[in-house]
Amino acid sequence: MNIVVLIKEVPDTYGDRALSLETGLADREAVDAVLDEVDERALEAVLAYADEHPQTNIVLMTMAPESAMATVRKALALGASSAVHISDELLLGADLTLTAEVLAAALKRTGFDLVIAGEKSTDGSAGMLPAMLAELLDAPQLTSLSAVTIADDRVAGTRSTEYGTATVSAPLPAVVSLTEALPAARIASFKGVMAAKKKPVETLTAADLGVDAERYDVPRSIVVSAAERPPRAAGVKIVDEGDAGTQLAEYLIANRLA
Amino acid sequence: MTDFPADSVLVLLEVTPDGALAKTNAGLLGAATGIGSPVALLVAPADSHATLAQGAAALGAGTVLTADADPGALIVPIVDALAAASELVHPVAVLASHSVEGRDAAARFAARTGAAVSVDAVAVERDDEGIVAHHSVFGGAYTTVSAATFAAPVVTVRQGAVDARAEPVATPAVSALQVQASGRPAAAVESFEPLEAASSRPDLRGAAKVVSGGRGLGSADKFALVDQLADALGAAVGASRAAVDAGYIPQSHQVGQTGVSVSPQLYVALGISGAIQHKAGMQTAKTIVAINKDADAPIFDIADFGVVGDVFTVVPQLIAALEAKSK
Ligand SMILES: Cc1cc2nc3c(=O)[nH]c(=O)nc-3n(C[C@H](O)[C@H](O)[C@H](O)COP(=O)(O)OP(=O)(O)OC[C@H]3O[C@@H](n4cnc5c(N)ncnc54)[C@H](O)[C@@H]3O)c2cc1C
Repeated sequence: MNIVVLIKEVPDTYGDRALSLETGLADREAVDAVLDEVDERALEAVLAYADEHPQTNIVLMTMAPESAMATVRKALALGASSAVHISDELLLGADLTLTAEVLAAALKRTGFDLVIAGEKSTDGSAGMLPAMLAELLDAPQLTSLSAVTIADDRVAGTRSTEYGTATVSAPLPAVVSLTEALPAARIASFKGVMAAKKKPVETLTAADLGVDAERYDVPRSIVVSAAERPPRAAGVKIVDEGDAGTQLAEYLIANRLA
Repeated sequence: MTDFPADSVLVLLEVTPDGALAKTNAGLLGAATGIGSPVALLVAPADSHATLAQGAAALGAGTVLTADADPGALIVPIVDALAAASELVHPVAVLASHSVEGRDAAARFAARTGAAVSVDAVAVERDDEGIVAHHSVFGGAYTTVSAATFAAPVVTVRQGAVDARAEPVATPAVSALQVQASGRPAAAVESFEPLEAASSRPDLRGAAKVVSGGRGLGSADKFALVDQLADALGAAVGASRAAVDAGYIPQSHQVGQTGVSVSPQLYVALGISGAIQHKAGMQTAKTIVAINKDADAPIFDIADFGVVGDVFTVVPQLIAALEAKSK
């Protein structure tokens, strides 16, 4: 079984993330870059499957700047046999449609029985790429799964939406996205870290994939402006001395909030 | 019917699994009316078309295109209908809800047609250049405006973010859409389990008031205190991820980076420390109230009214005082 896990390096949500007001793109200097937590969980789900099925070939795939190589190696340290790193200056600021085109081309090139991704990234928060890939790859999509079962020729799971949960299934090949309800990732072992240094990482450009990143005859989504919201200031803080509930009620009523 | 206004905005109506119009449609049609003439696409079982089309008209849809749904096939039939509707209408923009299903359908449609996408918009607008979408990013720390370089953008709209409402239409023009099935493989939907029975409390998304509880509530039983205050205020119930992880409340109530983003008039945080990922989902609230026994909890940095105290003594007193005032 060939499983490709899509991973993304994002600005650490524990830091004060910043946006360049000129380009509208994330300021990569502002905070540390980390592997998105939801992708770690997605990778863990695949590693757990591979623990039981040693014949599994896991390939990590990312489209990211050259600097993301460290994150790719960290992910490799958790498991997986190799990685594909699509890195191209021309793809800086690529919109969703172009990103999907690039990843779909890379997935076709690498080949897969199953593509697994995190449901949505913590920086872009779109949650749309897996469905776009399913469309471009002509594969069934099983998105927003909070539980997944992989079989030899099928995949099934629990899809969580705003209205409830659905049981969904499809034959392979398929595209799956997993939510943060899945278990957290294992910790890399020393052996894993050492092994990761020697694992093959293929680096590709858009041109290698036959994608023209500079087409102006297809529509692209662009950020036309960006602004920072003024930070919030703290207001009143009282220490409860027996009447804080009453004082708070008065505050809410005076401000027409109750 | 062959003529559609030049400024048609194609709106993918959101239909709930039990076959009703979702609450998000009012905001979708409200947003669409602000930038053009809404043409609503209803993908639902045929026997519900008449009723739901009338419901959509009451929310401002003057024109409704209807297509049959296949609830057993995930997303693909909706995308096929959307593609057919777009071909027919030639809209200036396509709007869908940024719900799980709405964004899945919008994503596939954009990939199929090569359209530019603007995601999770909190507002849409038309300026000299065309249609633009406004976004609240990095947990509301920034606002951005996006647009397509040309052609009709696909815009997903954040649930509950748009307050604008369209004028009701008395008699909508309803017509059945011819849909050519694409034959793309779809996952099978085998069964569906609805969330807990709909409560009388407001929906978290779009609620004017939200009361959220965190790990400080200590147990699922004691989390009832959050419900009680919510009821006293007529508020929706939210939670931190720690409260969700501890099993106090289902994930659909999670507020924050990886949960729901809310912008209510009032946000009350009970026993929540104020981790940056929690703040990311609520710091654009108009007024923030926090009760926490740790005076150094970061939630106080953004609270308009903070109480350093125990939720189990402060909140019952607060509820009693509110009830006394309302008598
Ligand atoms: C990628 C990522 C995404 C995340 N997404 C989210 C998200 O969407 N939403 C989210 O909330 N978190 C999210 N988190 C988790 C976040 O970092 C925090 O762990 C979480 O918000 C903590 O929840 P809490 O405040 O309830 O718990 P704690 O941090 O444990 O705080 C509990 C608080 O309760 C107080 N307390 C205890 N007892 C009482 C009492 N009797 N009376 C009053 N106060 C009391 C304590 O003083 C403490 O401040 C995310 C983390 C990551 C890494």
